[in-house]
Amino acid sequence: MELSYSQINRDLLKTMEPPGRLYYVVLGLDLVVLLWGIYAWVYQIRTGIGVAGLNNPVGWGVYIATFVFWIGIAHSGTLISAILFLFRCRWRNPIYRTAEAMTVFALMTAGLYPIIHLGRPWLFYWLFPYPQEGHLWINFRSPLIWDVFAVGTYMIVSATFFFTGLVPDLAAVRDQASGWRKKIYGFLAQGWQGTDRQWRHYGSAYLFLAALATPLVVSVHSIVSWDFAMSVVPGWHSTIFAPYFVAGAIHSGLAMVLTILIPMRRIYRLEAYVTVMHLENLAKLIILTGTIMAYSYGTEMFIAWYSGNIYEQATFIYRAFGDYAVAFWIMLFFNAVVPFFFVFGRVRRSIAWLFAISILINIGMWAERFVIIVSSLAHEYIPFAWGIYKPTWVEVSIFAGTFAWFFLWFLLFAKLLPVVSLTEVKELAPPPQREGALR
Amino acid sequence: MKSEMVRILGIFAHLDTFTRAIGELRHLGYGDLTALSPVPRHEIEEAIEGKKSPVRLFTLWGGIFGGATALVLTIATSTHYPLITGGKPIISVPPFLVIVFELVILFGALATILGMLINIRLPRIRLELGHDSRLSEDRFGLWVRCSADAAQRVQDLLHAAGAEEVRHERD
Repeated sequence: MELSYSQINRDLLKTMEPPGRLYYVVLGLDLVVLLWGIYAWVYQIRTGIGVAGLNNPVGWGVYIATFVFWIGIAHSGTLISAILFLFRCRWRNPIYRTAEAMTVFALMTAGLYPIIHLGRPWLFYWLFPYPQEGHLWINFRSPLIWDVFAVGTYMIVSATFFFTGLVPDLAAVRDQASGWRKKIYGFLAQGWQGTDRQWRHYGSAYLFLAALATPLVVSVHSIVSWDFAMSVVPGWHSTIFAPYFVAGAIHSGLAMVLTILIPMRRIYRLEAYVTVMHLENLAKLIILTGTIMAYSYGTEMFIAWYSGNIYEQATFIYRAFGDYAVAFWIMLFFNAVVPFFFVFGRVRRSIAWLFAISILINIGMWAERFVIIVSSLAHEYIPFAWGIYKPTWVEVSIFAGTFAWFFLWFLLFAKLLPVVSLTEVKELAPPPQREGALR
Repeated sequence: MKSEMVRILGIFAHLDTFTRAIGELRHLGYGDLTALSPVPRHEIEEAIEGKKSPVRLFTLWGGIFGGATALVLTIATSTHYPLITGGKPIISVPPFLVIVFELVILFGALATILGMLINIRLPRIRLELGHDSRLSEDRFGLWVRCSADAAQRVQDLLHAAGAEEVRHERD
């Protein structure tokens, strides 16, 4: 990058200027959808969980599918911010802030779902270990409790990582701001001045946070997959689940990063910072995760046949040709076929194609969670106990509302914080030298 | 009587002159230097030759503490109310290790942040003397803490080294 430090400061702080009318229109629409979702949830709490389409045998539906979906979305943020940092992939610098913000907001959205899913959501704190009168503690042998620890840890660590990376930038914002903005950003920057001592300890802490976040991200979706794999439901009880879920998580997350970055770079005119090279690299990563997905789908089906287990076989035949066949074929086609269009350089470098395929993968990955959860529960062992699940308007409304919730945070982030890291982009630029630039 | 300490701030536009100035001042025995920069640069780190950050020890002990906490939490609560679930032993090690893993990371990360804040003496409400808003944009700053007698000499040195501005602050 051939930009000077002050140019970078100017360009990137420009994204924080007061927004135009379009921003408020989008924000307004987002709030309308969010309020509708809140209304639906309040209605569900007041009336009872029966207003959702959940039944016996399908006790997990859209809520749990969407929970898994959002946790998955969160994963690629950590991949880009922590794992690519450890691999010294410097191209990640201009996009990591947005990806990390996506992680934090996706977790804030995912965290709502287990609570929404509860019949008595006000008792959600029963999941936490705390001493109480009956002397009974939580069951640490339950995957659902592992989930609480994994997702809770992930949320705290990624929020910390996100905020730590922000501090030097907040100081830069503080130094250019005036009035109340200077006070607020000054407070958030915590007195950062960029001394050598500060950079030294900051660099060390950042490296260790990245090193801790890397195994964490792998553990989180593995544990989420064990919510399923630890049971004896056909189609769930499989050792492939952990790696399969982690790859799927990153697959969907990368697609979501593209879905968000493409309009953002256009609106903020960040083409000089978030270049086609960045988008192309994300597309290449999607080829990798798409290949793992295709392999996992293949393995699942092969084992269903090869194991000779009739229940497993019946489940996979039901998935492909039963009541939820449409979702199954969407899953297969969008996740394991469409991404391979990225092997063509022209597709990879076309903004329109990138955007379209990223949205298809998002849809495909949501469909995957729906297929895994609902089709397995709908047709378990005894045909007498089979059942069908259909989402109701309440579930659809809450689903839409939580999307609005995610994008609300993103809209606020886009205006209140630097969406591209000033510091890390400056690290890519050649430093000012008196005696000729070093190359 | 010990003379009063002052702080001289030199502002540089170029990284090479800046690191050279650090080297010269250190060579002349002015060891109390603080370099300020908008980005972390290895050149500055090498010129200053700071000690290795002890934050990693915080991470290590945080992780160990987290793991121990998780072991105590899972084992003690299970034996406190021994209820067999799923026909599994009261102390079921494999599932408890999941909790151990998560708390190692959680406590490790929190201790890392704590270690960083302690070591860089943040958060602080007021900025240190001689803060300049250009230093978070594109300029490099060097604080030299020295006795008032040496102030003039340090200022001359900074000018000679290529500082575009030199300021004098009382400590």
